[in-house]
Amino acid sequence: MREITYRDALREALREEMLRDESVFLIGEDIADPFGSAYKVTLGLSPEFGLDRVIQTPISEQGFIGTAVGAALVGRRPVAELMYIDFCTMAMDQIVNQAAKIRYMSGGQAKVPLVIRTQGGMGRSSAAQHAQSLEAWFVHTPGLLVAMPSTPYDAKGLLKTAIRLDDPVIFIEHKLLYNTKGPVPEEEYTIPFGVADVKREGRDCTVVATSRTVLMALEAAEVLEREGISVEVVDPRTLFPLDVETIVASVKKTSRLVVVHEAVERCGFGAEVVAQVAEKAYGYVDAPIVRVCAPSVPAPFARQMEDYVMVDAKKIADRVRRLVRGEI
Amino acid sequence: MSAKKTEGTTEAPPEDITREQLLGMYRRMRLIRAFEDKAKERFEAGEIAGFLHLSQGQEAVPVGVCWALGPRDYITSTHRGHGDVIAKGCEVKRMFAELYGRATGYCKGKGGSMHIADFSQGIIGATGIVSGSLPTSVGIGMGIKQRGGGEVVVCFFGDGATAEGGFHEALNLASLWQVPVVFVCQNNLYGLSQPWEKTAYKCDLVARVATYHIPGECVDGMDVIAVHRAARKAVERARSGGGPGFIEAKTYRFLGHYVGDPALYMPAEEREAWRKRDAIVKLRGQLLAWGYLTEAEDEAMGAEVAAEIEAGVEYAKASPLAAPETALDELYVHFDYLGDPKRG
Repeated sequence: MREITYRDALREALREEMLRDESVFLIGEDIADPFGSAYKVTLGLSPEFGLDRVIQTPISEQGFIGTAVGAALVGRRPVAELMYIDFCTMAMDQIVNQAAKIRYMSGGQAKVPLVIRTQGGMGRSSAAQHAQSLEAWFVHTPGLLVAMPSTPYDAKGLLKTAIRLDDPVIFIEHKLLYNTKGPVPEEEYTIPFGVADVKREGRDCTVVATSRTVLMALEAAEVLEREGISVEVVDPRTLFPLDVETIVASVKKTSRLVVVHEAVERCGFGAEVVAQVAEKAYGYVDAPIVRVCAPSVPAPFARQMEDYVMVDAKKIADRVRRLVRGEI
Repeated sequence: MSAKKTEGTTEAPPEDITREQLLGMYRRMRLIRAFEDKAKERFEAGEIAGFLHLSQGQEAVPVGVCWALGPRDYITSTHRGHGDVIAKGCEVKRMFAELYGRATGYCKGKGGSMHIADFSQGIIGATGIVSGSLPTSVGIGMGIKQRGGGEVVVCFFGDGATAEGGFHEALNLASLWQVPVVFVCQNNLYGLSQPWEKTAYKCDLVARVATYHIPGECVDGMDVIAVHRAARKAVERARSGGGPGFIEAKTYRFLGHYVGDPALYMPAEEREAWRKRDAIVKLRGQLLAWGYLTEAEDEAMGAEVAAEIEAGVEYAKASPLAAPETALDELYVHFDYLGDPKRG
């Protein structure tokens, strides 16, 4: 199978859906050529589809996210690009009070077929306002769906599904995944929301990881395999809906759970995974449930400090090793 | 309704608005007033929960504006939105049902007073967040434009919204993209308790909006004819591709911010002066003077409106309560609230 980058996979998804459905359009800051968006996902789409379908906006997050919400309410299918997830604060009313609520508070009259693509994560010394992982805010908000793909294959398949759904989706990419490569079939496919992917099978410990930390967890699993520790890596792919069944089945098999994400630990997405497992796999867990996350501080700038707080493969391997050996 | 005749109605009847239109507007204004009077009464009797933000005094604005709209045009509204949605066509019986938490309410009991919507009539709904509907309206306008429709969206908001960032972002984008949105500010002179003139240095909204190159007009919001003429102009311009428009209608909230607010911040003389300018009384005087309405017809209309209101309350009370467990429904199109795929 051919291998393409996460960035190209996302662009293919956008292009194919725009060709398939004329009501799909892109809207956001700096998304038109020649700049082609901050992480170049939309590069090349404005020459092909024109500036009426690749709508470049002023720096006006509340304004253009609100515009996307309104267009969705009258049957268009906007895909808005929020350059950094950190900027969601400027548009939070439109996301949380409008997009997430209109269907419910109108008694089911409204549909909001909206996708907000954004990206987060540390690793580029972007500091406290350009490196956050805020997915838990959205998972916590009833009315939103949240996707967080870790591979090019998942990125493409999930984005195509997100665009076709009639519910608002927060689609969270990672700034350090855009250049990663992976197999993506030439032929059409989609990935349903709410179906986790077991990225690696194992016997001794389940690691539930999201976004870029899935790659770190797989790297850790390789290292541990050589030491005789078999790790199962589960990627939920969508944080809501969450495939609790697959996670619980895995924990019942391995009897150990480590939850990994880049976001700060306190009230992070991992807490929800832990709570679900505590409830649904009670009696199957033979060791403390452990989270490997960033400590609850803002992202620091200096590389050595960022490395210190950021999750990596070594930190995951260390925790899993100690857990399996009964040292935690 | 006071039987007092408006003195000095010397102007001739308008040539650009028919008798039927004027009577229709008059009846609708009375229906809004009666709806809110009854809602207040039932709220105070403890039958209705939550907040009730009333718009008594402001009826001429939504009615004058909505009489310039067609059934397929859109409106967005605010927490003080009863008048807006009745003006566009909401039935009072289903509104009462919503206020009473009934399954037959417009939002099946999930929205209440602040969020009444009827998508079948382009009533995209009221939002409880001040300025929340302004950016959304730009998107509705963009959607209309993209599909080549000839509809227009009217975005109602209050003076309180004009200091919000969303107001400025929405005006800028509406102007940039020349979308068919008519922004209608119902300036009732108070943002909750904050007097309008204390919210900006030299409060001239039309001038402020003009900096976005959006044409605007300030009208007497107690004169439904003036409101209607301004709306017709702005709506026609937007519909024919002329871009967004703006109307500031100077009006007044006869009562407090919500039922239960004694409005101590509104001076008694000011309240009295605005009460004397009641738009419903003014239009009634004009209709009588022009021979468009007799005292007997006026009384009959009053009885008809009262009967519609009574029937509305009865409909609400006779309707089944929305079942408690329906609180879990209709969050997503494709999933239930737990995230399990919906069948079918």
